[in-house]
Amino acid sequence: MVDFSVWDIFRNLLLAARWTLALSLIAFVGGGLVGLALLVVRLGPSTWAQRAVAGYVQLFQGTPLLMQLFLAYFGIALFGINTSPWVAAALALTLYTSAFLTEIWRGCVAAIPRGQWEAAQSLALNFGEQLRHVVLPQAVKIAIPPTVGFLVQVIKGTALASVIGFIELTKAGTMITNATFKPFVVYSCVALLYFALCYPISHYARILERRTR
Amino acid sequence: MRVAFDFLSILAQWPLLLKGVAWTIGLTAISAVLGVALAVGGAWARSQGPLWLKWIVGVYVELIRNTPFIVQLFFVFFGLPAAGIKLSPEVASIIAMVINLSAYATEIIRAGVEATPRGQVEAALSLAMNRAQIFLRVVLPPALRKVWPALVSQIIIVMLGSAVCGQISTEELSYAANLIQSRNFRAFEAFIVATAIYLALSVGLRALLHWLGPRFFFHG
Repeated sequence: MVDFSVWDIFRNLLLAARWTLALSLIAFVGGGLVGLALLVVRLGPSTWAQRAVAGYVQLFQGTPLLMQLFLAYFGIALFGINTSPWVAAALALTLYTSAFLTEIWRGCVAAIPRGQWEAAQSLALNFGEQLRHVVLPQAVKIAIPPTVGFLVQVIKGTALASVIGFIELTKAGTMITNATFKPFVVYSCVALLYFALCYPISHYARILERRTR
Repeated sequence: MRVAFDFLSILAQWPLLLKGVAWTIGLTAISAVLGVALAVGGAWARSQGPLWLKWIVGVYVELIRNTPFIVQLFFVFFGLPAAGIKLSPEVASIIAMVINLSAYATEIIRAGVEATPRGQVEAALSLAMNRAQIFLRVVLPPALRKVWPALVSQIIIVMLGSAVCGQISTEELSYAANLIQSRNFRAFEAFIVATAIYLALSVGLRALLHWLGPRFFFHG
């Protein structure tokens, strides 16, 4: 058995935390883009498209992220594509993030007074222009604190990717535990690292929230 | 490319699925009751407790809310035995779920408690009610009513999170799906069925809790 000092454990976990960060960023950026596209559809004139987006949101918010990861992992394989945990995790987390961000942003847009839309309309702006020049600039201001807060959920969500074999912080913790037989120390360090990643972000989100009030 | 789905071979295993659903509901029910009860205590401590207790509960809430549930679960199940506390998968799952829910629910209920108008507490004081009576009878019911939708959402999140408990071999729904796919290799179908059941459970649980809340925990 290799002898691991606490520093060895911590150092290896720190290296694995890079992949947690990378996956979080991919999911957050990807989810943001897909979420924005869905938001535009959700606000658009077509009722059936609105319903489809609402159904999409309900689907991702009403089912476990773990199941979504499994479905992505085994679902991509059905198309005859050789899946890696990377692709499956990135896809599942991107879709998951997009559903939540769409819903958060929809709420922010709904908080903009109806009169703003009407005023923009009376200036003969079309739907896209109303959204781009009048509504979204105002909605972005109230959307930032909850969006930053949701980033914490995404980071915590990436921990589930360990289950489909993606080697990030949690998976590295499990692997190191299997090598060292020190689960108490290892999982304490894992929790500490997640805390170090997430706490500053939740704290910042709270400060932003206080500022917008 | 043709993909032939075979859902019948999954549904044929319905006793396993049913057992999984029963475990998922059971785990959720127990941890919802214990978690919310603990959170009421936590909310009291955070808003009216002595300074040292406020601090401890605050640290607890932040620690739990900023770490993933799966790590909390692994810590309880794999970590605690190293410290001499051995737990069965089911008990470890319940403990982790209670710890997780109570931290979030503490913050949710605290928000409701702190929104209570000062005059109501003063009115209760003038009726010679003691502090415990004031908190439980005057402050808590309207606070719960205010935050009930948020609390219901949090309980549903914990129910969905319980899918992770299958990873430590608690025999809940996701464990059943895994077991079925390991027997007949119909992984995609097994997880589709499990996911659909989870969706139905979350819709049902939301309706149930919205019905229960006004009838049992606060009025109207």
